[in-house]
Amino acid sequence: MLAKRIIPCLDVSAGRVVKGVNFVELRDAGDPVEVARRYDEQGADEITFLDITASSDDRNIILHVVEQVAEQVFIPLTVGGGVRTVDDVRRLLNAGADKVSINTAAVNNPQVVADASGKVGSQCIVVAIDAKQVAPGKWEVFTHGGRNRTGLDAIEWARRIESLGAGEILLTSMDRDGTKNGFDLELTRAVSDAVSIPVIASGGVGSLDHLADGVTKGRADAVLAASIFHFGDHTVREAKELMRARGIEVRL
Amino acid sequence: MSKIAIIDYGMGNLRSVAKAIEHVSDGVEVVVTADPAEVLSAERVVFPGQGAMPDCMRELDARGLRPAVLEAARSKPFLGICIGQQMLFEHSEEGNVPGLGIFRGEVRRFPADKMVAADGSRLKVPHMGWNEVWQKQAHPLWANIEDGARFYYVHSYYVDPADSSIVAATTDYGIPFTGAVAQANIFAIQFHPEKSAHAGLQLLSNFVIWNP
Repeated sequence: MLAKRIIPCLDVSAGRVVKGVNFVELRDAGDPVEVARRYDEQGADEITFLDITASSDDRNIILHVVEQVAEQVFIPLTVGGGVRTVDDVRRLLNAGADKVSINTAAVNNPQVVADASGKVGSQCIVVAIDAKQVAPGKWEVFTHGGRNRTGLDAIEWARRIESLGAGEILLTSMDRDGTKNGFDLELTRAVSDAVSIPVIASGGVGSLDHLADGVTKGRADAVLAASIFHFGDHTVREAKELMRARGIEVRL
Repeated sequence: MSKIAIIDYGMGNLRSVAKAIEHVSDGVEVVVTADPAEVLSAERVVFPGQGAMPDCMRELDARGLRPAVLEAARSKPFLGICIGQQMLFEHSEEGNVPGLGIFRGEVRRFPADKMVAADGSRLKVPHMGWNEVWQKQAHPLWANIEDGARFYYVHSYYVDPADSSIVAATTDYGIPFTGAVAQANIFAIQFHPEKSAHAGLQLLSNFVIWNP
């Protein structure tokens, strides 16, 4: 049976992991290669890098990071953050990314999803959706970290990007992100049921049970979390052991 | 020094495959190449593939690589990966294109009506993630790999060989499908060993020393 995936997410700025990482044994907590290798050893199914580099001068640094990680860590790598054009997608894939995540650019110009998946294949194209609840059972797509409304209904948008050729959806609840109150399970389930491509749940994980809930109640195909793993509270292995105990198929 | 050629016909990044093979082999030259002569002079050949099969077939021919691939598949230890496995067959439903026809059989899309899990939930396509690979024949490339070990898959189409004796592994996803085929000097897999952590590296290290 196909295993549900656990995906640690790392925020990277100018080539360094930010947002605090607290692996006890790590010599250099900010080195993306070391952090990625540690997650691989813990049994992470994939790793996602979110490039939050502010200065445009430093934007190419992520390519070197991806190159170095891909030389040493042999699990799938997804890279997102500031991806605007098909050329951006190509550069990241050529550096060693397996998938590239497109967010704001997809909203501004949906054609980029079609162009990119046409060029490199749907399997390489993840579209990130940041959604906020606007009414019972209704969510709107936001951009820029939840600041900008788009007027797009999240469920309709998910169907639209699937038809444009997205291979996967990274779904983040902006209501839950950073709260540690768990995923927005209603949102996750609504999107997962609406499309036939895999959905990664994100935003709000504060406990290992939240990860399991994302799969059992949210029907997510994969779950993504950052801080729960970064600060050494839990390892990916612990998360998988709990999920297995709750009857979820995992790779252990 | 012995040489392993990874055939590059312009479809996707082959760096990960090259790095993973370098990682498991000492004293072997790993080249990513579009040069038929280099393919023919290599001791072993890896035939990868990404994207859509019609594009892969077109690009392979645009670079004049078909004769070298056919010759390598006849005479050298040969590892097909992902679309590189699919292209060995006669025909694909994807874009309704012919393949290289080394193996008889069809490349099919996962049937929408069968994409239902045991608990009734919907199985997503692409089939993306770590699934169990059940070995159907003893083979040197399975050495030190547990039966049912998980490998990383990402695909919407799978091979359906006419001759079931070439099936080297199956995986279940709504239906049981062929994950690996083997015949003489050819071993070809749908999953990605270069992205499958320890199990994948073990398979690649088995390939590097395989003498069919």
